[in-house]
Amino acid sequence: MPIGHYLVLSGLLFAIGAAGVFLRRNLITLLMSVEIMLNAVNLTFVAFGRQIGEVDGQIITFFVMTVAAAEAAVGLALVIGLFRHRESLNPEAFTSLKW
Amino acid sequence: MASLIQTLTSPPYDWYIAYGIIVSIVFMGLQLMAAVMVYAERKVAAFMQQRYGPYRVGPKGLFQPVADILKLFFKEELRPKAADAFLFSLAPIISVAAAYLAFAPIPFGAPTTFFGLLDEPMALQIADVNVAVLVIFAVASMGVWGIVLAGWASNSKYSLLGGLRSSAQMISYELAYGIALATVVLMANSMSLREIVDAQQGYWLGFIPKWFVFPQLIGFFVFACAGVAETNRAPFDFPEAEQELVAGYHTEYSSMRFAMFFMAEYINMVTVSAVATNLYLGGWHGPFLPASVGWIWFVIKLGFLLFVYLWLRWTLPRFRYDQLMSFGWKVLLPLATLNLLATAAGVLYFGL
Amino acid sequence: MFYIFAAVTVIGSLIVVTQKNPVYSLVSLVGAFFGLCGLYVLLEAPFLAVVQIIVYAGAIMVLFLFVVMVLNVPREDAAEWDRAHPLYRPMAVRVGGALAVLMALEFGWALSRTAGMSAGVGDDRPAVSSVAELGRVLFTDYMFAFEVTSILIIAAMVGAVVLARKREE
Repeated sequence: MPIGHYLVLSGLLFAIGAAGVFLRRNLITLLMSVEIMLNAVNLTFVAFGRQIGEVDGQIITFFVMTVAAAEAAVGLALVIGLFRHRESLNPEAFTSLKW
Repeated sequence: MASLIQTLTSPPYDWYIAYGIIVSIVFMGLQLMAAVMVYAERKVAAFMQQRYGPYRVGPKGLFQPVADILKLFFKEELRPKAADAFLFSLAPIISVAAAYLAFAPIPFGAPTTFFGLLDEPMALQIADVNVAVLVIFAVASMGVWGIVLAGWASNSKYSLLGGLRSSAQMISYELAYGIALATVVLMANSMSLREIVDAQQGYWLGFIPKWFVFPQLIGFFVFACAGVAETNRAPFDFPEAEQELVAGYHTEYSSMRFAMFFMAEYINMVTVSAVATNLYLGGWHGPFLPASVGWIWFVIKLGFLLFVYLWLRWTLPRFRYDQLMSFGWKVLLPLATLNLLATAAGVLYFGL
Repeated sequence: MFYIFAAVTVIGSLIVVTQKNPVYSLVSLVGAFFGLCGLYVLLEAPFLAVVQIIVYAGAIMVLFLFVVMVLNVPREDAAEWDRAHPLYRPMAVRVGGALAVLMALEFGWALSRTAGMSAGVGDDRPAVSSVAELGRVLFTDYMFAFEVTSILIIAAMVGAVVLARKREE
């Protein structure tokens, strides 16, 4: 498959993920859209790693996966804390710092 | 007609037919093993409890599993009204699919030419992946999904709690399972199951086989405990036995969906035993038989491990849930990690 | 094969972004991850494909599902979704839409002007797919990043436990 196909697919996934982050009103679905974006970036890394024939693409994907796992854990802990405070998962409910 | 047979038995069609035969053997064999396990469990339980067990249905009760399956077939297929229809149907499908899929990279015999019919030997394995050990681990992770979705989709508090507890138990023991797998990979220097079994050929001192269970006794113990906990069997079956006390994740299921969970549990048992046989007990190598009929030894070792599974269930009392979790995290995980470090040191410095 | 896996991934992601029920979004995200796993296998990275299923589909998504179940997340209200979304004001829609079209056009232009795009991915070089090579590079060239990642994971674990703890009032 030409690399253009992989790049277009990864761009499309990133766009879908970004649209999810902007448009969803549920904190958990927001975090899932962030995961979609991270996966799109992983796909680009692996595709380019294959293109240049080095193993570095897979190595950095490995690190991105680990960081994504850590970030998902901390993000979900924050969501639990927020839910306990406000009883709502809508990002619109946490606007008390707005003037 | 003769020319049709001629084309069918020459390459490449003979390979396809042989592969189809292997896939059917594995699929039918797993279903047969599930049925045999239903019968064996009740008979073994009965003999350990000094009673007879099923003896009416057929000679010595051999048709008992057929009766069980017919009963499950004809039961009414219920679905609670408030349950999520799509997920309710999806959960047993995921469980069963993961159970069958986990057997795909497991070899059960040496490469054979089917009595000389094939031109080159074909491995008795559905997929010879060179990261086979990790594939088994990944599919075990997907098995957790079936249980969690079953607990959620039933939309009843008891099912939800049972599903959460069961999946928490499974993911806790997956860590020790993975580290025990990593230890064997260190000793065999490869992740492909066929190469791991091939590294266990031969004998030390002429009569002790080079199986990994002998240098890795602690590893085998960790793997056995983690495997039994992964399949939610006694003595780790608190989420299941909740049915006697409260409820479990498959209370709201009936008929074929329950049968799928039931089958998934027995096939998971068979898979964990098969993986333990390949990793620790030398797979299909054994004395007195040439390697080409090694699958007989594989079946014997598999049968022995399944008997040990049944033995454990009907002899030991079950763990309480907090004892179970503390055993997994505070005993098994440090033991597995120390075993890994010791094995790594041994491989590096003593060239094991 | 590529098109099948790509279609699975894209459709899965679209369902994640559009479904109201969070559990349906989770299940379709797992489906999208399976599509990505297939794509990694096509790119001759089998270890990464399997690790994707183990880490993402098997662990992170189970964590998401636990949180959804514990918090008993309700379905998103459709009326709440449409009414007065801050991004649905007319000017924002026009500017955003124009920006999106512009970016897509530029992407296409950049791709069409790049050389060597019609050959298959990395056809002229052999792939490095062995786990041994991956491990060797990970523990020699990227040793520092590896150690820092382990500290990161410990920090995340401790942080998650502290943040999600019940306050003893």
